Amino acid sequence: MTAITCAQLVELVTDYLEGELDELTARRFEEHLALCSGCRTYVDQFRQVIQAAGQVAEDDLSWQARTHLLAAFRGWRER
Amino acid sequence: MLRLARLHVSSGSAAEDVLQETWMAVLGGLHRFEGRARLRTWVFQILLNVARTQGVKDRRTVPFSALTADLDAGPTVDSARFQGPQEPFPGGWRQFPAPWTSPEDAALSGEAERVIREAIMQLPERQRVVIALRDVDGCKPQEVCEILGLSPGNQRVLLHRACAFVRQQVEGYFSRRHAARTERT
Ligand SMILES: [Zn+2]
Repeated sequence: MTAITCAQLVELVTDYLEGELDELTARRFEEHLALCSGCRTYVDQFRQVIQAAGQVAEDDLSWQARTHLLAAFRGWRER
Repeated sequence: MLRLARLHVSSGSAAEDVLQETWMAVLGGLHRFEGRARLRTWVFQILLNVARTQGVKDRRTVPFSALTADLDAGPTVDSARFQGPQEPFPGGWRQFPAPWTSPEDAALSGEAERVIREAIMQLPERQRVVIALRDVDGCKPQEVCEILGLSPGNQRVLLHRACAFVRQQVEGYFSRRHAARTERT
């Protein structure tokens, strides 16, 4: 496998952040990031979006309570 | 709870209606409720019932899209942002994405949070739920999969497309604001 391009990297960001890339691809990903400030900015912004989205979605509900409602919601949709 | 209701109806006022009706029903039916342990579950069952009824009345309720549409292939970043095969660095950025932070806003501002919220509301339903469930500390990928009945791979595709879309919306917001500032000076 050769080095990855910026266009390829932007499609791997989530898999990278989730730790789902294979070892070789993860290494190529990090090598690219070390050399490319454009992709560093992109990955950094992705992180910010995930963090902000979490805050936006947060409310006074516990995770378990949401699980119950969403499970019920799914059951209703499938009926 | 309001934000939760908003996951299921299309407008803030519809969500508020759902909540209000839910609490009316809870208060009205409290005498029928037995056992404190499941109060929470019971309240959510009522919320669900109200949301369902409201969903029928509310024509603007976002339809539950087909999974294939959510997973639609294709790049998440416009290919015009990258150099073509004849250029010096094929697949490289033509122009780097501009950093968002400027001296006057050290982190994402409240305004940017509004942009993020609006972008999330524009997402197809599964993408919206996936991104909304990914709290900073709350929620693990396999739990999201379980709730939504998704494979881990599909869950990541949905999350990736959702984040890419929201990032693009925030980028558009910052570049418009930057352009407005440049114009003024
Ligand atoms: Zn790059």
